[in-house]
Amino acid sequence: MEISATNFKPHVPIIEADSIVIRFSGDSGDGMQLTGNQFTDTAAYLGNDLSTFPEFPAEIRAPIGTTAGVSGFQVHFGSREIFTPGDEYDVLVAMNSAALKVDLPRLKKGGIIITNTAGFDKKNLSLAGYPDGVNPLENGSLDEYTVHKIDVTKFTKECLAGTGLGMKEIERSKNMFVLGLLFWMFDEPMDYTVTFINEKFAKKPEIAEANIKTLKAGWNFGDHTEIFTTRFKVSAAKLPKGVYRNISGNQATAIGLVAASELSGLPLFLGSYPITPASDVLHELSKYKANNVKTFQAEDEIAAICAAIGASYAGGLGVTTTSGPGMSLKTEAIGLATILEIPLIIINIQRGGPSTGLPTKTEQSDLMQAMYGRHGEGPLPVIAASSPADCFNTVLEAARIAIEHMTPVICLTDGYIANGTEPWRFPSADQLSPIKATFVTEPNGPDGTFLPYKRDEKLVRPMVKPGTKGLMHRIGGLEKGNETGNVSYDAVNHEKMTHLRAAKIEKIADFIPLIKPDSGKETGKLAVLGWGSTSGAIKTAVRELIEAGHDVAHVHLHHINPFPKNLGELLSGYDKVLIPEMNCGQLIQLIRAKYLIPAIGFNKVQGLPFTTIELKNKILELLK
Amino acid sequence: MSTIAEQEALPKLTAKDFASNQEVKWCPGCGDYSILKQVQTVFPDFGVPKENIVFISGIGCAARFTYYMDTYGMHSIHGRAAAIASGVKATNPDLSVWIVSGDGDALSIGGNHFIHLMRKNFDVNYLVFNNQIYGLTKGQYSPTSEKGKVAKSTPYGSIEEPFNPSEIALGAKSTFVARSLDRDPKHMQMVLKRANDHKGTSFVEIYQNCPVFNDGTFFAFSEKETKKEQAIFLEHGKPLVFGQNDDKGIKFEGHVPVIVDIKESGISLDDLWIHDEHDKTKANIIARFFDNTFNGEHFPRPFGVIYSEDRSTYEVAMADQIAAITAKKGKTPLDKILSGDKTWTIL
Repeated sequence: MEISATNFKPHVPIIEADSIVIRFSGDSGDGMQLTGNQFTDTAAYLGNDLSTFPEFPAEIRAPIGTTAGVSGFQVHFGSREIFTPGDEYDVLVAMNSAALKVDLPRLKKGGIIITNTAGFDKKNLSLAGYPDGVNPLENGSLDEYTVHKIDVTKFTKECLAGTGLGMKEIERSKNMFVLGLLFWMFDEPMDYTVTFINEKFAKKPEIAEANIKTLKAGWNFGDHTEIFTTRFKVSAAKLPKGVYRNISGNQATAIGLVAASELSGLPLFLGSYPITPASDVLHELSKYKANNVKTFQAEDEIAAICAAIGASYAGGLGVTTTSGPGMSLKTEAIGLATILEIPLIIINIQRGGPSTGLPTKTEQSDLMQAMYGRHGEGPLPVIAASSPADCFNTVLEAARIAIEHMTPVICLTDGYIANGTEPWRFPSADQLSPIKATFVTEPNGPDGTFLPYKRDEKLVRPMVKPGTKGLMHRIGGLEKGNETGNVSYDAVNHEKMTHLRAAKIEKIADFIPLIKPDSGKETGKLAVLGWGSTSGAIKTAVRELIEAGHDVAHVHLHHINPFPKNLGELLSGYDKVLIPEMNCGQLIQLIRAKYLIPAIGFNKVQGLPFTTIELKNKILELLK
Repeated sequence: MSTIAEQEALPKLTAKDFASNQEVKWCPGCGDYSILKQVQTVFPDFGVPKENIVFISGIGCAARFTYYMDTYGMHSIHGRAAAIASGVKATNPDLSVWIVSGDGDALSIGGNHFIHLMRKNFDVNYLVFNNQIYGLTKGQYSPTSEKGKVAKSTPYGSIEEPFNPSEIALGAKSTFVARSLDRDPKHMQMVLKRANDHKGTSFVEIYQNCPVFNDGTFFAFSEKETKKEQAIFLEHGKPLVFGQNDDKGIKFEGHVPVIVDIKESGISLDDLWIHDEHDKTKANIIARFFDNTFNGEHFPRPFGVIYSEDRSTYEVAMADQIAAITAKKGKTPLDKILSGDKTWTIL
């Protein structure tokens, strides 16, 4: 479109909003993840608090234009604290018919739709499964929304005509047009994205120039046409002072591991086999090879954990990362590490199951597997991360327990927080507590003998590096005699060793913090007890209800085995305990069994996180 | 780790020094006893301090080996010793790592780790005690049992082709493939030394008699009545000669091997197939002196070093890559890793 004086509209009012949710939605190849990330980064630099939720199909390139191929990126940014990517969106960017079809249901009534009309031609409508002759943009079905119909493809082509770029490259720039338009709509500068484009295409200046040109065209389109009557402004949030970065859960997991290695002085060894949504941890860690990090892409899940066991045995910090199905394959080796009593970090980035299940969707359904998924009696520490940035703390805690208590530790995150991002007021290295790795070099038994299973007051056995003179000994998966570690089939000894191993894990409770409510009082009508990635939604729901005068509290578990020592006592102070989980009720069974309280479950297994509305309604129902 | 000076100051170890205080509990007459004895006999010659030696084993009769060596050791889980050993070697390349496995452990449940270890070529030694039977589970056929094997789970005979371990190893890009047998101590000691000297994964298949479930399976290759006709002992640079009176030779005719009567044919020894353990094409053919026949002829089973190749090991390649990255980028300070590239400040 030619911009002329006749359609120039100089003054569009800007409305202050305290938070906004935008959903970028398009075909897998439309660059929606990149667009969303760029918008997010800019909002972050402007001081908004935020939370993101990328959602993509399991297929890398599903058939173009179909609902199976829709890739979405949701960002919730605000001038107040933000803990979730938002239940519903204020703005939906739909690059084609399929995107509108998939994502319209969660657009707020009266919300804004920005569409690329080129994605609503006969072919696209048919691919998206609309009946012949039905175009949602034309049939009045969107009357309750504000719809902006823009032929983004055409404008991009016009904008880049004569640049010498091929049609494919020109088409690929259309996401920049939308991004520029949104920057205008939310009164955000383009500088960060311009810098990003220049860096990304440093070797292809013509592509960089085309993208920047399109980005600016999008901004100017908003500024110079009459179709937009409102702009929005989301002021900076009042966040604690400090330096922030944006971080995803998988990034936080990876750098948490690097930090654990540095804080313990143990070289890090990651044994991993590619699996969604865990692979990014392997990718990220592979960048830190100069930091005493060895990454090993094993031939399978079993080899990945076994190599990590070998690394820990040799004196390193062995780690394996995976997701549900991989966790199942590792189970026997976890049992070995349990009876060997060696440090090992096992990170399960949960996804929808069983079997291949929903690889790109989130779920919390592996808790029972973490707790009991081994043959024999083999309790292990289980801890869970509650948000993207919390993955960092969780991994450090896993390393501390693994090394200082000589045990494998299962660390649970999930697809939602693994891919989601949030601003993180990161610590400086000197704020992190050291992790004490002690290697024994002297005999500990009578007559200069070495007893590999002689325990200290924490019931922890000594750690010896192969290569240590005079302390040669053999360990293995067979039951061992108390203290000596020699093979023993003695019945009473087996029972004793079983109890000793369990008591060692139970004793970790002496070394973890007591639990207190995240929000609300320590006694009252209702406590919402959560674990893992439900934290953001529960936090938002409970805080809003407390503000509205309701008697409700939020208690969030990080340590699931052993539980914090005062958990039972704390929970007994509430009339009711509600446990929301993205599974059919797993934590609730542990809580009921251990504390004999009639906890109430609230469960969702749709591959999607809880919305705050869902939680609020459930809480209100129980408060009646 | 001991320094060289310390090692030199110590008196040379003996076989006894490598025996742990644990009672050896294999069945009477088991071939494993001989293997344990040969290992304990040759280890002092390697000059590696005991504390720098690690044995990793899986599950099975052979896997108990670890408990009987006074070194560091881990008796792990079924089939996974190779994967565990990879992590050990990657973390501490200074350790001398020995994997002990059986035919079921290495080639059935651990088959995937077996081939990938060969390909990756960590500098470890992989001893597979092949007795062509499952012993510890009391007598089922194994992946190396001959077709038709009558065993506990195959009362009417097995219907499967057996693996030829040397062929698998070569196919998996092994850099060292050898075969020996329990009843030939001197030969086994020679092969163990060669394995120890080799830089890379040394695969040593050791034919081992199971007197309880598969007695006499390899006697054709070890007993003097048949040994000379049924076995051929390879030496690098030497012609392929076998037979009761060293009267038979193997030579190439076109691209297939043939057996010739040395006297009758009048062939010079120089014109026979000269064993070149670095020649993979020839190694592939020698490895097939197994159940494959060439022009209908039955060939003697080869023992000794079938193949050896000098190739960079995984742990060295890993160290080189890390050194190159470190030299180029330097170690990133933890604070820089924590902050990432893009930050903003809230005042």
